[in-house]
Amino acid sequence: MNARPNEPERYYNYAYLDEQTKRMIRRSILKALAIPGYQVPFGSREMPVPYGWGTGGIQLTAAIIGPDDVYKCIDQGADDTTNAVSIRRFFAQVADVAVTEDTGEATIIQTRHRIPEQPLKAGQVLVFQVPQPEPLRGLEARETETRAMHAYEEYGLQYVSLYESVATYGRIASTVGYPTMVDERYLMSPSPIPKFDNPKMGDNEAILLFGAGREKRIYAVPPHTTVRSLDFEDYPFETQTWDENCALCGAQDSYLDEVVLDDTGARMFVCSDSHFCADRRAAGHVGPMADHQLAALETEPT
Amino acid sequence: MAYVAVKGGEKAITNAHRWLAEDRRGDTAAPEIEVAQLREQLSLAVDRVMSEGSCYDRDLAALAIKQSRGDLPEAIFLTRAYRTTLPRFGASLPVETAQMAVRRRVSAAFKDIPGGQVLGPTFDYTHRLLDFTLAADGETPIDGATQADEALAYPMPTIASVFAHEDLLEADARTAEAEPFDLTREPMAFPAGRDQRLQALARGDEGFLLSLAYSSQRGWGSTHPLCAEIRLGEVAVEFVPDELGFAIEIGEVTLTECQMISTDAGGVDKAPQFTRGYGLTFGHCERKAMSMAIVDRALRDGAANEASAPVQDEEFVLYHSDNVEASGFVQHLKLPHYVDFQADLQLIRRLRREHAAREAAMKEAAE
Repeated sequence: MNARPNEPERYYNYAYLDEQTKRMIRRSILKALAIPGYQVPFGSREMPVPYGWGTGGIQLTAAIIGPDDVYKCIDQGADDTTNAVSIRRFFAQVADVAVTEDTGEATIIQTRHRIPEQPLKAGQVLVFQVPQPEPLRGLEARETETRAMHAYEEYGLQYVSLYESVATYGRIASTVGYPTMVDERYLMSPSPIPKFDNPKMGDNEAILLFGAGREKRIYAVPPHTTVRSLDFEDYPFETQTWDENCALCGAQDSYLDEVVLDDTGARMFVCSDSHFCADRRAAGHVGPMADHQLAALETEPT
Repeated sequence: MAYVAVKGGEKAITNAHRWLAEDRRGDTAAPEIEVAQLREQLSLAVDRVMSEGSCYDRDLAALAIKQSRGDLPEAIFLTRAYRTTLPRFGASLPVETAQMAVRRRVSAAFKDIPGGQVLGPTFDYTHRLLDFTLAADGETPIDGATQADEALAYPMPTIASVFAHEDLLEADARTAEAEPFDLTREPMAFPAGRDQRLQALARGDEGFLLSLAYSSQRGWGSTHPLCAEIRLGEVAVEFVPDELGFAIEIGEVTLTECQMISTDAGGVDKAPQFTRGYGLTFGHCERKAMSMAIVDRALRDGAANEASAPVQDEEFVLYHSDNVEASGFVQHLKLPHYVDFQADLQLIRRLRREHAAREAAMKEAAE
């Protein structure tokens, strides 16, 4: 057997997947767009990264990417988290594509756990990595059952679960992966984004694609589709808010990460969306800890 | 102390890969292990990687074992990720295990059966005493086994043929015409056909299937299995290329096959009979083949709506048997979740504040 040097681009098709597989995935995407929020089973392939690392999102990106695309990849909102770096590097290598951290400049944005703060435009595609596509899985373990529940639009169990939360905690105590209703027909998991991001999904100009590799499901929200976060008249949906502002850029309206500074309880809050934060700082916005080392690292070119 | 934020992923990844490569090599005073050595001397590890990796290639499996530093699920993952990029030409004809060139064949059902009991290369009757002569440098002398002048029986009669004239054993429900379901191209669907089930089990994690089979034996959905036959040996693989229209032999594979039988007391419409569970693996994976056969049989009870134990539950077994999926999802928990955790922190702090306020109000009211 000949030794194979470690140069994937010489041994694999453009964007890694073979063209037949890409076509199969694109067909599934079209079906998903035609039935917003419906989970389309697809022949998910084994990818060169583990299940749970974004194999669904990577397959979606691989199926739609071309040499003219500009690719951005974020994890927890940030471009410089290790897995985002790894996936971005993968596509730069196998798809020979331009990469960016600039949300506005990207044509394809792959994300795990966040929707960028900057509103998306027509022509952009946001690709979500999804660990568990079934919003009802926590309530019903069997796939055969949950598929029937979707078919009959039988979502009473979900509402009972929210009601029980109100009864127990005095509020709907769901924080991430907050259940949504798409186009008033399909109950959909928004993937584990914080509910802070839920309102960004509805009436979006961009295409939202969701890929679950391990569970072998694709679903989508086409542009300008209604996405409603479930709630009750007397317990309306609400998003997270912070008393603090971003320590680096002073933003008052972005999702914040908490950074522990020492053993005595000191902490700072910074924007989870690293590009949003860097952009604001470049525009002259200053937070109370603008000189912190995190600011320097985040603007480091990758 | 001050915490250093984990940022600048690119540099960290590059260095981690270098460190990993160093660790893989270990102390350079010891000679580098060759793929051929792994292929020949860790042959059962190779067999497991080929089986669960769904790819019959001893060299690739040995390479994967070397690259993964002997972590077999990791080697299986490497093999799968390579296999998935290969074009698929079609399905071979069903291999004829009845025509197997048998190296080992035992039956626990009969003291002697046509073809005889052939122990073959097995650990079964070894005493598990560490052999320190293997630790000594260099080759250990091997006292080769005595070879028969001619094959004892070829073809080796199958257990089914032993039962054939009495109709005691249920017949093979073979559907050779239809191309079998392929889990590597289609997502899992329920209710699963037997082809889908057997493929999932063949790719399934040996440890998971072993424990399920064991749970069944201990009473969690018992099938009262009896090992009718295990056979190990080589079979020819035949394929019909479109341009030829007739079967040609394209190679030979080593297989382990296990037939478990269970008693079925029958019913009003059905005479009592022995039923079968089937296990098949690449290479020599006897523990896996036996476990698979027991689980296959147990799942048939589930299909008959008698499911009460985990091993009989099709969704439970088939969705959780794949170690590449399981390993990925369990281990993805080490990826950053700080956005989610921040949301949880917020919620818990808020609920604690409300809880404290309620406590204070109660206390006030009581006073």
